[in-house]
Amino acid sequence: MFKIFTILADLVTFNLLGLEDGSSIGHSVHFFIEDVTKIYFMVVVMIYIIAILRAGLDTERVRAFLHGKSRGFGYLIAVLFGAITPFCSCSSIPLFLGFTSAGIPLGITMAFLITSPMINEVAIALLGGLLGLKFTIIYITTGMAAGILGGLFLDAIGAERYLTDLGNQASALAAGVDKKDLEKERIRLSLRERHEFAKTEVKTIFGRIWKWVLIGVGVGAALHGFVPNDFIAQHLGEGQWWSVPAAVLLGIPLYSNATGMIPIAESLLNKGLPVGTTLALMMSTVAASFPEFVLLKQVMKPKLLVIFFFLLLVLFTCAGWIFNLVF
Amino acid sequence: MVIKVLGTGCPKCQKLYSNVAEALEISGKSAEVIKITDLAQIMAYKVMSMPALVIDEKVVSSGQVLKSDTIATLL
Repeated sequence: MFKIFTILADLVTFNLLGLEDGSSIGHSVHFFIEDVTKIYFMVVVMIYIIAILRAGLDTERVRAFLHGKSRGFGYLIAVLFGAITPFCSCSSIPLFLGFTSAGIPLGITMAFLITSPMINEVAIALLGGLLGLKFTIIYITTGMAAGILGGLFLDAIGAERYLTDLGNQASALAAGVDKKDLEKERIRLSLRERHEFAKTEVKTIFGRIWKWVLIGVGVGAALHGFVPNDFIAQHLGEGQWWSVPAAVLLGIPLYSNATGMIPIAESLLNKGLPVGTTLALMMSTVAASFPEFVLLKQVMKPKLLVIFFFLLLVLFTCAGWIFNLVF
Repeated sequence: MVIKVLGTGCPKCQKLYSNVAEALEISGKSAEVIKITDLAQIMAYKVMSMPALVIDEKVVSSGQVLKSDTIATLL
């Protein structure tokens, strides 16, 4: 099915632009054209499909659903919703406060917040198109596991103690909340309305991410054509245990979304960077960033922020190590 | 009429704010438009997705950037 994009790239690179097959620039341009067309196609299809399914689901309904669920089940549901509900990072604090004020345990809220930026329809489209089904499943499973484990840990250490006054105000509201208050009227959507919603989603999300794809694929293409094939494998290959935590640390100041990161990851994988190391780099780039910490500072005391920072570091490093061992 | 745009200052919130201004021009109505960025105040409206639009203390939308003509019909 993806063959068509290779053929298209062949045509443009070698026939139209007349670049030489086998040259660095030829490689890079070919990679760029093939990936950009493939990603754009996959992304549009995925956004549309997920949006059709998701129409009518919003964070308020997720919250009502999570309210009063048992903890074990709660974590699982939280990460599942985290995966399919899009939310922009500017909503993360209002969402945090909204969940907390409905009496949802901090760990469950954080499970949602850890998973949400890592897994979304755009990431799935990119992973599926570029890295194949196996890696996609690994990525999704690890992302969800990281959310669940992170949430469990935060609840286990009683992280609510370290909320700021604003966070505590929200918790205080929770006492008077009844499930009925949270439930919104369920809107039944016709197929036509779902289609309209999906169309708008495709337009907005695509409008937001198309340039990220170009940047990501651009960097990936440059790596592809110009970095010698065994360079990464030699320097960051399997033998070096420290390469995983190093990748995680490197990923934190590199603040990107999944969209820009995945094409780069593809390139790194092809150059021989081990699966676990690549995964660790991707997750920390996407899920942990300084802007995010600055936002969280409004609801978390510094101590909890530091704990959260190291928690993510440990989670992603362990995930990386495990996958390097297994593959 | 008092219109409040709730949001923490992200690009989407700015967009909604400017759409409100356009909507007022379209409809020819006048209103006081206030940007609310304080989280404690935002929390009081019980919205979780930003940006949100509040007209005369009633939340009319959250999590989406309404177009100016849609806002005009709400005024």
